[in-house]
Amino acid sequence: MNGFTAPEVAWGALSPVLVVLGAAVVGVLVEAFVPARARRLVQVVLALLALLGALVAVGLLWGGVERTGGTAVLGGSLVVDGPALVCQAVVAVLALLSLLVLADRTRAGQGAIAPSVATVPGSEAERLAREKGLQQTEVYPLVLFATGGMLVFPAAGDLLTLFVALEVLSLPLYLLSGTARERRLLSQEASLKYFLLGAFASAVLLFGVALLYGYSGSLRYADIAAATATPSPLDGLLVLGSVLVLVGLLFKVGAMPFHSWTPDVYQGAPTPVTAFMAACTKVAAVGALLRFVYVVVPGLQWDLAPVLWGVAIVTMVAATVVAMVQTDVKRMLGYSSVAHAGFLLTGVVALDERGVSGTLFYLLAYGVATVGAFAVVSLVRQGRSGGAQLEAADLSAWDGLARRSPVLALAFSVFLLSFAGIPLTGGFLGKFSVFSAAVDGGAWPLALVGVLASAAAAYFYVRVIVRMYFTPPADEALPADEVLLVDDATAGSPSDAATGTGATALGTAGTGTLVAARPAATRTAVATSQGLTAVTVVVCLIGTVLLGVLPQPVLDLVGSAAVFLP
Amino acid sequence: MSLDLLAALLVAVPLASAAVLLVLGRATDRWGHWLGVLASAASFVIGAVLALELLGRDAEARVLDVTLGRWFDAGQLAVDLGLRVDPLSITFVLLVTFVGTLIHVYSVAYMEHDASRRRFFAYLNLFVAAMLLLVLADSYLLLFVGWEGVGLASYLLIGFWNHNTAYAVAGKKAFVANRVGDIGLIVAMGLMLAATGSVGFTQVHAAAAGGAVSEGWLTAIGLMLLLAACGKSAQVPLQSWLGDAMAGPTPVSALIHAATMVTAGVYLVVRSAPVFDGAPTAQLVVVVVGAVTLVYGAVVGCAKDDLKKALAASTMSQIGYMMLAAGLGPVGYAYAIFHLVTHGFFKAGLFLGAGSVMHAMADSVDMRRFGGLARYLKVTVVTFGLGWLAILGVPPFAGFFSKDKIIEAAFVPVDGQPWRAWVFGAVTLLGAGVTAFYMSRLFFMTFFGRPRWDVPEEEARAATARAAGARTAGANASGAHASGAHAAGHHPHEAPALMRWPMIVLAAGSVALGLVLATTGFTTWLEPVTGHAEHEEPVLSVPVITTLTLLAVGAGLVLAYLRYVRDEVPVAAPAGSPLTRAARADLYQDAVNDAVLVGPGRALTGGLVVADRTAVDGAAVGVGRLAVGSGALARRVQTGLVRSYAATTLLGVVVLAGVVLALQA
Repeated sequence: MNGFTAPEVAWGALSPVLVVLGAAVVGVLVEAFVPARARRLVQVVLALLALLGALVAVGLLWGGVERTGGTAVLGGSLVVDGPALVCQAVVAVLALLSLLVLADRTRAGQGAIAPSVATVPGSEAERLAREKGLQQTEVYPLVLFATGGMLVFPAAGDLLTLFVALEVLSLPLYLLSGTARERRLLSQEASLKYFLLGAFASAVLLFGVALLYGYSGSLRYADIAAATATPSPLDGLLVLGSVLVLVGLLFKVGAMPFHSWTPDVYQGAPTPVTAFMAACTKVAAVGALLRFVYVVVPGLQWDLAPVLWGVAIVTMVAATVVAMVQTDVKRMLGYSSVAHAGFLLTGVVALDERGVSGTLFYLLAYGVATVGAFAVVSLVRQGRSGGAQLEAADLSAWDGLARRSPVLALAFSVFLLSFAGIPLTGGFLGKFSVFSAAVDGGAWPLALVGVLASAAAAYFYVRVIVRMYFTPPADEALPADEVLLVDDATAGSPSDAATGTGATALGTAGTGTLVAARPAATRTAVATSQGLTAVTVVVCLIGTVLLGVLPQPVLDLVGSAAVFLP
Repeated sequence: MSLDLLAALLVAVPLASAAVLLVLGRATDRWGHWLGVLASAASFVIGAVLALELLGRDAEARVLDVTLGRWFDAGQLAVDLGLRVDPLSITFVLLVTFVGTLIHVYSVAYMEHDASRRRFFAYLNLFVAAMLLLVLADSYLLLFVGWEGVGLASYLLIGFWNHNTAYAVAGKKAFVANRVGDIGLIVAMGLMLAATGSVGFTQVHAAAAGGAVSEGWLTAIGLMLLLAACGKSAQVPLQSWLGDAMAGPTPVSALIHAATMVTAGVYLVVRSAPVFDGAPTAQLVVVVVGAVTLVYGAVVGCAKDDLKKALAASTMSQIGYMMLAAGLGPVGYAYAIFHLVTHGFFKAGLFLGAGSVMHAMADSVDMRRFGGLARYLKVTVVTFGLGWLAILGVPPFAGFFSKDKIIEAAFVPVDGQPWRAWVFGAVTLLGAGVTAFYMSRLFFMTFFGRPRWDVPEEEARAATARAAGARTAGANASGAHASGAHAAGHHPHEAPALMRWPMIVLAAGSVALGLVLATTGFTTWLEPVTGHAEHEEPVLSVPVITTLTLLAVGAGLVLAYLRYVRDEVPVAAPAGSPLTRAARADLYQDAVNDAVLVGPGRALTGGLVVADRTAVDGAAVGVGRLAVGSGALARRVQTGLVRSYAATTLLGVVVLAGVVLALQA
């Protein structure tokens, strides 16, 4: 043995990932050594600085990548090229915005996270934790770990890195989904479901990885792509392996029929976590999907295109249709996010540079509007004045919001219009760029279905706007005898079938919450927070409008970043 | 100052004044009307300067094209914002601004007690600006802007007292009838674009005159232009709105619905001379429309007891004369414009006289309740009488020089077809006689005979009741309205000076304008636009025609004298012959319109509404229901059970893998 040879590591190119993961590790140490009173502040500041640092690091790398077209780091395990950097930047920005929502608390010091997540809902321990004002500050390092995984995911250059990144980003999310302060059973159920289904999908992906390794003898994207050039008797392995890896990625993207976790988890998770998940996971997963489709399997496009087409069409149409009948805001936004996965896939299927840049732009526009929308959801609450206030989950609670809180209603309307793809919002240009790329790529039937689905989707987005602006609120004070304290045992499981109208809608509410016989009779109010959420809402609002009105700088940027390093 | 700027100012000054009056609103209430008068007068001064400039030039150099800049570029079509100052347009400018200024002055007094006088003047200024734009435009498109502008001003002014529903409805009726005509102009422009690729006068007329456009195209363009002209000038079949338009304040009737706007159709035809010259069929239709309208208006005018509506019918009839002349081709263009100018003076004078009578009689317009007013309204009777002589065509008053020339021209055979000369000549001759009758009837009923305004209410009611059984519903309504307006013990009084002087000036025009223009070569002045007409001999010699005309006029006058001065005029209208009853009801124009257009239109829209509800909405709602229904169905899959979720995922994997492997094989 000649002794150990240290590998060449380009630390600079890894800096965005290193900053975030390093801060996450420091965050864990903070939990151990910093006194409880100061922990929250330290964690929030640390996390914000880490994300800002990642953003700066991406900015510093950008010049070099623009010049050289990108570099492969760690022997090709990580690729720093245009699309990777754009995805990383978008993830960092969206994570930053979500973190502000997560860190926000009401004047009374109530955040979105349960005081002590490990306590049994409804137990004496939970009550004690509440009374003592405990805070579960581990969520901040968890968010940083997840973000670290998301930064690696779209930049992964081999299948093993891809899998590791997937797990690094998923595991913290499973935990975070179960930390909600309100409706804790719902939250824990979501967490468990997400974990089980996520593990299942990871297994599928891993199976695909194994098949691809069996086919090519390598885990590197570049090697597999090179192997596809020569026909071999093992082509069946290649195709099956690619499909399984694609399924694993489509699960994270939330495309049908691998979406079933999405509405339940979005509904159950704490709203700031939902915002983080819906925006950042989607960006990272679509980034990884883009790389896999463009780098590994371009030689297979005739075989795989029907799969992607079918998934895209089913996703767009079915998600839109199901979203129409939702009565819960977060579930509706969940299905809307599924539908957007379909729209994003049309950009992926286009298989040319314009498809890449269009998809990247779409991701940014969608992510900004998503974080903003969930931030608004976290502020709109219902319940007895002075009593416990729950997030206004049922759509009927949004009636007449514009009169009470015109700014929030306006912001939410803009986000919804952006989702619907109405001109002068970022969503319109996003849809326009992916659809036009799809048409150029010969996938005009996809674009046609996409346009029709967008038109139909406008129905359920605008319906909420109509409720906020034109439906008078049911404003009667809640008569005391109609208020029931429901036991957790009666709480239903989160599913479309259970969340009908009437009392069952709130039947899913968690411990110690007020449930009205007529949900419409509860009073809707806007939480007075410390203002961090308001910052996010305003930034997202400005971003959404700017992307719609002055998109050229961003379009130029993603346009110049649309080439993958092979 | 450059001529370009002057031409632009011509339109800009009244437009700016209208904008100031409308934007500043009540702040200008105290002096706004004088600003309106000033703007109109300023336009007249500018017009006069331009006219002098043109007069100082040689005949060939009297067309001044002013380009103010590019209006718009749309593909191959580029339209300039251009004005054309030539003898025809400057004639109109002088007519509009001169008569317009007089009527502005008159309105200061007439509208004195109206709270919205400022708004009235804003609309009047808007009208003047739009009318000037209409006549000055050098392309059909810019003309159309003015065309719509005068339509808007007319609508606003007819419905000026829109708190009265009937008046508002009258405004709407005028607007709708005009829209029908506007479609003609739009289609005509489309045809021009298709045939010549332009809507500029220069290009279109050059193409039409140069034979670059086939006769079929020219006929189509001509007929569409005629449709537009019919709408604006109240010619058959779009005549129905003019009578109702008398709902507007009387100065409006004088300016817009007698002297200027309603003659825009004649302007359009004369301006499009090269188009019509190349389309004899279209010309024949123009002549027929003119002839029909002139008789139609004359017949209606004989039966109306409403002073203003009788004058409106007369306006229609006189424009029929102009239209007929314009359809005769080069031989008639100049006389059409000549008659238009003289008519503008005497008819505006007559309307202002009518306004003065209404001023004296508490806004009543029922001639059966007038009579003997000559003693009280001395200035009005003289000015009105001069206008009356002018419209009768008694020499040497204005109408003699213009109308008799049209009758002469109508007797000229066209393309060697003497039948046309005889038919149209006879119609114009007949028209002259009937005109003399109804105008004399109107004059005598108002100013002479026994005063009838102080007939006691009871007696009038009894008379009304006696006649009620035989009366048409329309006449009944107007009679009842009129008697309501009367209170016994009227003291008719002459109008204030601000109203008298415009009437006097217009009366002077009615006396002398025909002679002056005829002797100074007005028709030659128009030749750069209308072209030179070779002199052709009518089928009868000129002295014979003149004699016949004067005989017809004399007969009409004497008949009217016998019936309305010598005989007692009943306060309640007698039943009358079927023709009289038909004429009172405007020859059933509204019934015809209802039956031919409104009924089928209602049926069609009703059918469309039903189709929209059932088919279109049904399809939309059906699709919506289907989507929601399938959504409700699809969400059953979302059971909330992890095992079923995992099963879905697995099923997806299997299906996708199966599809791919099947494709491979």
